[in-house]
Amino acid sequence: MHDLPLLAWAGVAIFTIGLVGVVVRRNVLVMLMCMELMLNAVNLLLVAFGQRAAAMEATVLVFLVFVVAAAEVAIAIPIVMLLVRRGRSMDAGSYSELRG
Amino acid sequence: MIDTALLHGFLFAAVACAALVLVLRHPMHVALAVVAAMLALAGVYAMVGAHAVAIFQVLIYVGAVMVFMVYVIMLLDVRDESLARRFSQWLLPATVAGTVLLACLGAGLWAGYAPFVAGEPVGLQAFAAALLNDYWLHFELVSILLVAAVVAALAVIGAGRRPRA
Repeated sequence: MHDLPLLAWAGVAIFTIGLVGVVVRRNVLVMLMCMELMLNAVNLLLVAFGQRAAAMEATVLVFLVFVVAAAEVAIAIPIVMLLVRRGRSMDAGSYSELRG
Repeated sequence: MIDTALLHGFLFAAVACAALVLVLRHPMHVALAVVAAMLALAGVYAMVGAHAVAIFQVLIYVGAVMVFMVYVIMLLDVRDESLARRFSQWLLPATVAGTVLLACLGAGLWAGYAPFVAGEPVGLQAFAAALLNDYWLHFELVSILLVAAVVAALAVIGAGRRPRA
């Protein structure tokens, strides 16, 4: 009924959008949300390919990706708030202390 | 027939909302676009038979992660340099590289064309039984990861407070 290439195409497109978004956007929160988009694209690909062969294993893997995403946000948000408190800016370009 | 139309509609909505993330200016609008993309993806999961994943997508991603993100956007003052100039100097190279990546991956998918056969729907009951019977060790490891994340978040907040004290 459905065709796998369409699902895989959408997954690849969303992943690429997230990757480009992390690089081109300046706001650190928007960069974080682009990372979430990339995780979502991985989930979509897992579900799409898992429906062909091993649905249960794919579902468990997707569950693990959910937890990783939650842990990522739990750590990344305090880091962002710390950065904003110190530098008074959400612009990733204004943090260049590590530049040699 | 209607299933296929719904699936295509959800997929198109997900990709369109993801593309909006790239161009919208205000972080709150970006967050709403991400929420819309995640809800559309939940619809896609429901249409292909991954019911448990669809439920978790709405509960965990939209209900927890993105609501947390919206809280943080409301908490912080977003009117700074990144609101006026939303793109970095890597706009052109990243767009070119992204297009090339998309073309390469798309060509690979096109070469490995395989018809999609919808499998058995994965409901919550079957998922819960598999998770707690076959994958209980992974489940416990995940709980350790979450505890580590909480400890790390507390450490980051503590590191931010120490210089002031």
